[in-house]
Amino acid sequence: MISIKNLSKTFNKNIHAVKDVDLEIAEGEVVVIVGPSGSGKSTVLRCINRLEIPTKGSISIDGVELTDPECDIDTIRAEVGMVFQQFNLFPHLTVKENICLAQRKVRKRSKSESNEMTMKQLLRVGIPDKADSYPRQLSGGQQQRVAIARSLAMEPKIMLFDEPTSALDPEMVKEVLDVMLELASEGMTMAVVTHEMGFAKAAGDRLVFMDEGMVVEIGPPGQVFENPAEQRTRDFFDKILY
Amino acid sequence: MSRRKRNDKRSLSDELKWWDTFPWWGIAIVAILSWMGYQIVTKDSYDLAWDRVIPGISITITATLQAFAIALALGLLAGMGQLSKNVIFRNLARTYVEFIRGIPILPLIFTVALVLLPQLQNALGFKLSFQMRATVTLAFIYGAYMAEIFRGGIQSIAIGQVEAGRSLGLSRRQTMNSIVLPQAMRAIIPPLGNDFIAILKDTSLLSVLGVLEITQRARQFSASTFKFREGYFVLAFIYLILTLGLSLLLGVLERRMTRDDRGVRSNRGID
Ligand SMILES: Nc1ncnc2c1ncn2[C@@H]1O[C@H](COP(=O)(O)OP(=O)(O)OP(=O)(O)O)[C@@H](O)[C@H]1O
Ligand SMILES: [Mg+2]
Repeated sequence: MISIKNLSKTFNKNIHAVKDVDLEIAEGEVVVIVGPSGSGKSTVLRCINRLEIPTKGSISIDGVELTDPECDIDTIRAEVGMVFQQFNLFPHLTVKENICLAQRKVRKRSKSESNEMTMKQLLRVGIPDKADSYPRQLSGGQQQRVAIARSLAMEPKIMLFDEPTSALDPEMVKEVLDVMLELASEGMTMAVVTHEMGFAKAAGDRLVFMDEGMVVEIGPPGQVFENPAEQRTRDFFDKILY
Repeated sequence: MSRRKRNDKRSLSDELKWWDTFPWWGIAIVAILSWMGYQIVTKDSYDLAWDRVIPGISITITATLQAFAIALALGLLAGMGQLSKNVIFRNLARTYVEFIRGIPILPLIFTVALVLLPQLQNALGFKLSFQMRATVTLAFIYGAYMAEIFRGGIQSIAIGQVEAGRSLGLSRRQTMNSIVLPQAMRAIIPPLGNDFIAILKDTSLLSVLGVLEITQRARQFSASTFKFREGYFVLAFIYLILTLGLSLLLGVLERRMTRDDRGVRSNRGID
């Protein structure tokens, strides 16, 4: 479904954030990406919906080449949901308006259709009663669930998560992970950057370990985690699991 | 300098007394205005000055409103232009802003009204009335100031907001209109209000071009009758009424637009 070939991204001509990454993500697959800070995880994810333009290589989604200047990026982005570490809800809009906006403008849904979809997604993430609140009136965990609902309302084919729980207080991490677990079990194609190894084991089909812009190791989460083939992977896990 | 006594009775408290926060300045201004108004109404010598100056008020107000409206459009265009992806737009906008900002307003008025605009008229083949040319001059100047306000307001919106919008499939324009601009308005409206008042005051500079607004009328009156006191006293009174009225109005508007219930509060610091 997503095919990344030879992807490289260089910032300011000398920061090599991503180097020659190859990665295939099949339909319904959940790929978890881990690695030290600055290893290029976010950059890879952001290239998948072209928030970053690849310096080299190609990315295709359902056969559509993203690096083709002719491709209609807005249409592709509507099929690719993205959840950010900082939630990025629109503070001037209510929860409902946050979720309706792109449905109306991009999917061209009617008011009642988009309202219906909004309530359906809010129910799914467990906060149907917050439809008329403003983002700042919600806890971090609730805000992140709204952000997920906002993406899901577009009925994307793929969901990208960039450290969705890193900005949350510990007691709110679970409520967000639960939503993601459920999503994974429903067969959503997902690429998730996270340090939540519990999630990786429970929901991940494959674990990708990145370091210095390169993919060091790919395999089933349990295996990469407990019995890494590479020394760098081992060092990393030793560090994060005191 | 006497040193403060050691066992001073002052208590250390951050609670302000009513007289500390009371708007005394408001009382002072109202007192000054009433006194001026009283003079103008009761003293016969002011009648003639008033009658000669006040007809200019319609020009002052029209020029203010027109200049503000045009400046708003120019400012939005140049502000967004500076943030455009297009290298030509960006540099055109930047040239305009830097040109205006580098010259004091009075020389600018001469330059624009007497040099730039006439040449533009010739080149493009349109004709503006004299008063309109003066108004456009003011708008042209304030457009550049407003461009900076718009640019700053737009840039104050976190990049994450744009990324969230774009990653939902919204186009650049949709993201700008539905996400960035509404939030930027919070930062934009107060300084725009200031510029509105500044334009009102700066219509007085159009007198140097001979536009018959209130300042020009006061000058003519005073010069021909040698009643400088009456002429300029009336003029100052009218400006004060206009600007104070306007800032009261803008204060209400601003409080409405930046009210807390729509998310982020306007930032006034912690004091
Ligand atoms: N817009 C940018 N301009 C310049 N350098 C950038 C930019 N974005 C990322 N980088 C650099 O690229 C490298 C990879 O960054 P990236 O954000 O992808 O890492 P990451 O693995 O997501 O790290 P973290 O775990 O801290 O989020 C880093 O060295 C970073 O400083
Ligand atoms: Mg990152």
